[in-house]
This record gives sequence, C-alpha cells and structure tokens, in this order.
Amino acid sequence: MKRALFALALLLAAAPALAVNPDEILSDPGLEALARTITRQLRCVVCQNQSIDDSEANLARDMRRVVRTRVLAGDGERQVLAFMVARYGDFVLLDPPFKPKTYALWFGPWVVLALAGMIALLWFRVKRSVAAPTSVPQLSAAERTRLDALLAEIDGEPHARGRERKP
Amino acid sequence: MERGVGQAMIVELGHFALVLGLMVALVQAWLPLLGAARGDRALMAVAVPAAQTQALLLLIAFFALMHAFVVSDFSVANVFNNSHTAKPLLYKVAGTWASHEGSMLLWVLILALFGAAVASFGRNLPPELKARALAVQGMIALAFLAFIVFTSNPFARIDPAPLEGRDLNPLLQDPGLAFHPPLLYLGYVGFSMAFSFAAAALIEGRIDAAWARWVRPWTLAAWACLTGGIALGSWWAYYELGWGGWWFWDPVENASFMPWLLGTALLHSAIVVEKRDTLRAWTILLAILTFSLSLMGTFLVRSGVLTSVHTFAADPARGLFILGILVIAIGGSLTLFAIRAPTLKSGGLFAPISREGGLLLNNLLLAAAAATVFIGTLYPLLIDALSQGGDKVSVGPPFFNATFVPIMIPLLLALAVGPMLAWKRGNLSAAFRRLAPAAAAAMAVTLLAFLLAPRGPVLAPFGLGLAAWLVVGGLMTLVERTGLFAVTVSQSWARLIGLPRGAFGLALAHAGIGIVVAGISGSAWQEEHIVSLKTGERLTIAGTVLSFVAVTEGDGQNYQYLRGEFVQLRGERILGQMWPERRSYPVTRTGTTEAAIDTSVLGDLYLVLGEGDESGAYTVRAYFNPLAPWMWIGALIMMFGGFVSLTDTRYRVGAPARAPSRAAVAAAAAAE
Amino acid sequence: MRKLGYAVPALLFLAIALLFATPFALRLDSHILPSALIDLPAPEFALPPIEGRPQTLGLATADLSGKPSIVNVFASWCVPCLAEHPMISRLAEEGFTVYGIDHRDPPDAVGAWLDRNGNPYARIGADRDASVSIDWGVTGVPETFLIDRKGRIRHKIVGPMTPDIFAEEVLPWMRELAR
Repeated sequence: MKRALFALALLLAAAPALAVNPDEILSDPGLEALARTITRQLRCVVCQNQSIDDSEANLARDMRRVVRTRVLAGDGERQVLAFMVARYGDFVLLDPPFKPKTYALWFGPWVVLALAGMIALLWFRVKRSVAAPTSVPQLSAAERTRLDALLAEIDGEPHARGRERKP
Repeated sequence: MERGVGQAMIVELGHFALVLGLMVALVQAWLPLLGAARGDRALMAVAVPAAQTQALLLLIAFFALMHAFVVSDFSVANVFNNSHTAKPLLYKVAGTWASHEGSMLLWVLILALFGAAVASFGRNLPPELKARALAVQGMIALAFLAFIVFTSNPFARIDPAPLEGRDLNPLLQDPGLAFHPPLLYLGYVGFSMAFSFAAAALIEGRIDAAWARWVRPWTLAAWACLTGGIALGSWWAYYELGWGGWWFWDPVENASFMPWLLGTALLHSAIVVEKRDTLRAWTILLAILTFSLSLMGTFLVRSGVLTSVHTFAADPARGLFILGILVIAIGGSLTLFAIRAPTLKSGGLFAPISREGGLLLNNLLLAAAAATVFIGTLYPLLIDALSQGGDKVSVGPPFFNATFVPIMIPLLLALAVGPMLAWKRGNLSAAFRRLAPAAAAAMAVTLLAFLLAPRGPVLAPFGLGLAAWLVVGGLMTLVERTGLFAVTVSQSWARLIGLPRGAFGLALAHAGIGIVVAGISGSAWQEEHIVSLKTGERLTIAGTVLSFVAVTEGDGQNYQYLRGEFVQLRGERILGQMWPERRSYPVTRTGTTEAAIDTSVLGDLYLVLGEGDESGAYTVRAYFNPLAPWMWIGALIMMFGGFVSLTDTRYRVGAPARAPSRAAVAAAAAAE
Repeated sequence: MRKLGYAVPALLFLAIALLFATPFALRLDSHILPSALIDLPAPEFALPPIEGRPQTLGLATADLSGKPSIVNVFASWCVPCLAEHPMISRLAEEGFTVYGIDHRDPPDAVGAWLDRNGNPYARIGADRDASVSIDWGVTGVPETFLIDRKGRIRHKIVGPMTPDIFAEEVLPWMRELAR
C-alpha cells in the first residue's frame, strides 16, 4: 500500500510541489525567520510575480537553499540580497531599490498626490475669486437656519446647524 | 450524422450572428450620431432597435459557442483547445468564457446587453443624449467585434475535427473561477455606460445634475459587480493556489483594481454633480478614465507586454489591435475632453469643509491611489522600454505596501467623517462629536487587540481599530439620520423606514470596507506550520490538534486524487474532520492542490497536503488565517450596499423624468 | 493657459500609448532576463567532473582564462538542450573551446545522454545542486555564455541556440573575442 501511494505521489509530482518544504527549514528559529524574511523579498525569476518563498519552481527551491546556506554562514539580510542582485540584477528584488532609475517610481505617487491637492486648492481659490464679486447678499443667520432645516426635511440628511435636539 | 450536421449548423449560425452583429454595430455607431447632429428624430431612433438587435445577435453567438462546448464539438478550435468530453458540465459551460476568444465574446455580449438595457429602459432620456450614448456604445462594440472576428474568432474550425479535446487548465476548473469573469466583466464593461454618457455629453457640450442622475445607476451597478468580481478572484486565489495568499499586486489583479478605484471615485463625484451641479469636468474625466483603465486592463492581460501569473497566451497581432482600439477610444475621448471641457460652465461654490469637500478629498486620494497602482504596474514596462530590454526591475508587494497603503489610510479615516458633514459648509468639530462612539469603538478594539496579542505585529491592532471606526462610523450615518437616542425610538423607526435606500447603501458599503479592513489586518497574525508528518502523528495549530489519520487515493470525474484525512481535536474531543487533496489531471498532465479550510468567525484553519516521500511521511502545511473570511464577507456587504442603493427610487432606471426635485429647487435657491 | 490644462490627460495618454507600443516596436520579450554579469569576470567556482566519468575533467574559474571560450549550461532532461546540441557540436568542430555545466542531472542519465548525442565539451562540471548555476545567474537550461580570454562574461544567450543565433550572434562574437 505504501509503495502504491508513493507511486501515485510520484505521478502527482506534476501537481504544484508547494513552496518551502520541511527539510529546508533551519533548526535555529531566529535564522529561519531571517531566511524567510529574505526569501519573501526575492522574486522567483522564472515564475512570474511570485517570491521564491511562494514558488514551487526548482530554481526557487535552489535559491531558497542558497539563501539558507548564506544565512548559516553568517550573512545578514543586506548581504544575501546583494549576493542575489549581483547574480540576477535588480529584477530579483520584489522591493525595487531606491536609485536614479526608480526615482520616478518612488516619487511618482507622492507627486501625483501633491499635484492633485494643488489643483484642488487652486480650484477653491479661483472659484472664490470668481464668485466673490458677483455673489448675491449672503443669507442672514435666521434664513440660513431655516434653509438648512428645510433641506434636512427634504433629504433627511445631517447638516451643521439644523441638528435635531431633544424635544 | 444527422446530429453532426445540426451541430455544424448551430456553430455556423453563431458565427453568422457574430458577423451580423459587427454590421449592426456599424449602423449603431454611425446613424444615431448623424441623426443627433442633424436633429433628425428618425435617424436617432435607429439606435434603439440597433442596440437591441445587437444584443440578440450576440446572445445567439454566445449560446451557439456554449452549445459547442456542452456537446464537445471539437471541430471548433476553441472547444478543442479548452475542453474535454470528461470535463464536468459546469466547466463545459464555463469553458465558453475561459479562453481568450470566448472571454472576448462574453465581453462584447455584456457590452451589448448594457446597450440594450439603456435602449429599452431609458425612455426618459433626452433623445439626443440617448442616441449619442448608444452610438458611442456602438463604436466600442464595433471595435471589439472587429477584433474578435479578425484576430480571435471563437468559431474558427479545425478540419478534420480531433476526436478529443485538450481540456481546460485544471486551475480554472473551479466554481469560484467559473463565475469570476462574468462578474468582473459586468463591472469592467458596465463602466462603458458612464464613458458613453460622458462622450455624448461632451459632444453635446452640456452636462447637468440630470446627466449625473442618469449615469449613476449604471456606475453603481458596474461598481457593485466589479467589487464582487475582484473579491471572487481574490477568494479563488486564497483557497486554490494553496498557500492562503489572497492579493499579490499582480499586473492582472491591478488591471481590475485600478478601474475599481477610479470607479469608486466616479461614484462619489457623480453625487456632487447630481446634488450640487459642480465638479462637472472632473466627473466627465473620471468617467472617461475609469473605462479607459478597463480597456487598458484588457490590453495588459491579452497583449503579453507584462508578465503575470494569469495572462492569456500572448500574440503581438492581438496586442497591436487592442492598442489601436485604445488609441482611438481613449485618445479620441480625451481629445474631445480637451476641446469641450473648457466650455462647460462652472458650477456652484462650496467650502473645503463640507460634504462636497469630503467627496473631493475622497476623489483626490482615490485618484492618487489609482495612479500609484498604475505607476507600479507599468514601471517595469517603462524601464524595459527605456533600456531597450537591457535592464529590468520588479515592482512587488513591498512597493505597494509603502505607497498605496499610506494613501489609503487617510482616506479610510476620512471616510467616516465625510457623510457627517453638511453640504456647502460643514462643521468638522460637530462631525467628530457625532463620531465619538466610532472613535471610542476604535480605541477599545485597538487596546483589546494589544492586550490579547501583546507580542504580535504592531500595526495590525491599529488596523482593527480602523476597521471598528469604519463599521461604527458607517452605522452612525443611520443613527444620525434617524435621530436615534435624540428622539423617541418610534420616531426613529418611522424615520428609518422613510430613509431613501441610498442611505442604507452608503451605511452598508462603508461598514463593509471596515469589515474588509479587519480581515486584512487579521492576516498579520497568520500562524504557519510546515512539517513532515506520517499517518498517526499530530500537529498543533492555533490551539487545535490535527491528527493525521490516513491517506487515500481515488478517481474524480476527470482527475485522480490523493486525499489526506485529518481529525481536529481539542483535548480528546473530536471537533471535526478535514480532507486536503492533491489532484492530478491526466489530460493536461497538471495538478492542483485543494486545501481543506475550516472557517469560523475567528478565522480559517487552512490545511494543505504536500508531497510524500519513501518513508510514508507527507509534507503538511497548516495555517491559521485570523479573520480571513471577513475580507470576502466585507466585500459581499459592499456589493450588497451597491445593489441596495441601486433600488433607490431616485435612480430607478425606468423612472419617468421628474421635474427638478424639491431638493434641487431648494439647492438652487440657496445658491442664488 | 487654463484651457491647456484640459489637454493634459490627452497628452499623458499619448505618452502611455507610446510606452505600450515600444515592446512591439523593439520586439522585446518580457520573459528574457538580461544578465547582470555582462562584462564582469566569471564567478569563482570549482565543479567536479561527472560522477563516474573522470574524463570530463570538471570545470573551474581558472579554466576560463587564457583563451576565449563558450560555457554552455545544459541537462540531459532538457529537450531544448537536445535541440541545440548540433550547434554546440559545430562550435567545437570549428575549433572553439566549449565547456559544459551539467545542471541538476543524475550522473547515469547525463552519461547516457553524452554517449548517445556526442560530447563536444572540452570540460564538463557537474552542478548537481544548481548552486554554481545560481552563481552564474542562470534562470533555466539551456543558457550559453561567451567568455573572453581574460575570463570575463561578454555575452549570454538564453534558451536554445538556433541556427540563426549561431550565425548572427555566436560566430561574430567569438571571432571578435578571438581577435
């Protein structure tokens, strides 16, 4: 029975042979945690968009083993990552390094956000300057309260001034 | 023989309907536009039957293809490549849209169905707007039908017909993935309605509150479907890929997420146009960009320019064809925007601290978030192009965690505040006072999380606090509007019943996000055990003992399996059983892992059977994913909230045109 | 001026469309990873010969200096390697020095494979656990490195060497390196 199962298991070898296997795990929990931190940041260069930690590819398994060998040899996170970059280029890093060619990547989102905020501020300013000279007399406080109450009645939505009070 | 001829007829009929659909699209794209320009009612009216005929023809084509799949007609290349006689019926049906060709057919079918819905139910639309919008729909249909007919014909034949098919990728033979594309496309393509209405409004040079009211239900429907589609895809990845990951920032996921982000922004800015008749140009731009991102997603998934886990097989001819469509559709509409938008008259005024201000902030942050995903997704392509293939970078989850998340957090914080602000001019401190219960809940949950898991990840308790803030904040909108605790309970109840459905939709959708955030935060506490286990041995995870009882093998309908049997124990009490499986599909010579998942409110116990070795030991992976199910439940609540809003009488698609509502009159009076 | 602002989205899209078009224009293949080792000295390594076949000699860094050479990473289980094998043999016949790195291969299998298909390699190093392959930045088999006489990696071919690649890339490169 056991042999038959093993045969079937071999047959099933085509099935994803999932990532990290028990025999790879280091006995020292601290080093193992370090190794996992590193393997999660390394891209499996043959399987698209997976870390070597998640990947079942042979190359990913080999790379995981190399990472653990380096960790056992006393390398830190930076050294192991540099080791892989020297062999596979920046492509191997899931976290793109901060350097001139990625400035646009790292600054881009914040530039967009700042620009959007600036456009909004400008819009408020332009609106106000356009609206100010032509604006009709402001509502008096009493009119304002009445209007707010009216609006609340229609829409049933909260608003600043006409808030319900306990009867 | 008789049956074979009949079958051949059905396929040919489908093919014929497809080509005829192309012709009809040609008519729909052109005549109504001409009619609207000339003020010719008869020409404009052509749009309605054209859109309806289009939908009917594509339905025929689609069901003809489905029939070919169901009866396993391998003379059709698409069926041969993606089906097998032994495949379960559900996946024969779903196989219709599992391939590139079939999914494109589904894409245009949904487009045509949306068009037919506008044609049939939009009786209250101004005839020019309707004619133009349907014409734009016709143009999109024309482009994609041409794409299908000339580069990706799902009815292409093989002669002689093979006796057996190549079967569908087993990963796709899954109920979650069977319904993922239709839901996703309903969302993607649904945004085409907002796009078409925007283009029509630009041609017309007029946009007002009524326009926003017409566009909103379509946007809402598309948004709800896209929410569901993305959640379903994420759920599928979670249970099927075998390690409990649910979001990978993969280009294909991003392709669906970007339209969702902008679509969410559109949904909110359309409210401002509708209620306050301002932010018009911006809303039009959003409508264009949302659908443009859907189109770009289609390009990215099908052109092969980006590497991803689940793209369709790349073909440069197809990529270039879609690129051409992009240039015409997006380039054309943005050019129209550049010409016409400056002429749109400027709308009403509001203070930065106001409901409109809140919605604007929502738009800013969502747009920035979408831009972040966009930059991250396309940056590898940029580097590749600039270095002419000599350099490559990866942009993985760490980038998105460092940029997308910090943009989303202020959005989520503000999300509870916005609905508490009044239109035009709000009172921030009053809003915060009303949100005191939400703030209290957030702090309590954060503290509790720290107390329960003092040595866990630091940010996760704050995530849970944020979730509580959102859920309670969402519910507070209802409390506020019913005056609960301020007036008598019966009065509150009466008000609750009287509330528009949109108010419930808002509360549900906002609270749903909170639940999703809770689920995401919970994943930080994931517990993982990877061990080599023999039958009879045990492992302990999250307080539960799992006893490995046996391994059995057997045959499924079109696969063989190896199944582990585990018993869950607490003490010596049996709590339940789990059966993780490994499957092997002989036709495609590939396999899948079927995780056993035991779901509870607290989280998922997730068990995977790995490879065995000669000693009879198996690699067993056990995970406890705290709060994981909350993600899908939260997304479901959001989707449900969208549909609840859709039933709001104000947005009923067929509702007769109303004279300006009292609210609009009052708002106009206030603006003067 | 303000009106121009409305044209910004269209202009941005134009740039994006150009970006989308480049992979088609330049025929970039998003699946090929450029080597990070071009123009750098070959990595430090020393591989034993194939087990039971001492005549394959093994391969080490020192073997790569002195004259231009070709390092071919191959495996007996790799179908494209079989497909490119005639090209590798032709290189040896034309007088170039061809070395082999046997990637993740059981010794018996690779022995039989060489007997069957011929052994054009001046030296073969057996990399059974793929660790030297990783040092070379190998992403799959076959891969071929062109090395100058100082032992630096000058060019890399990913995937099988087709007759086109043989004639248009490998021969011109090797002639250049031999000069």
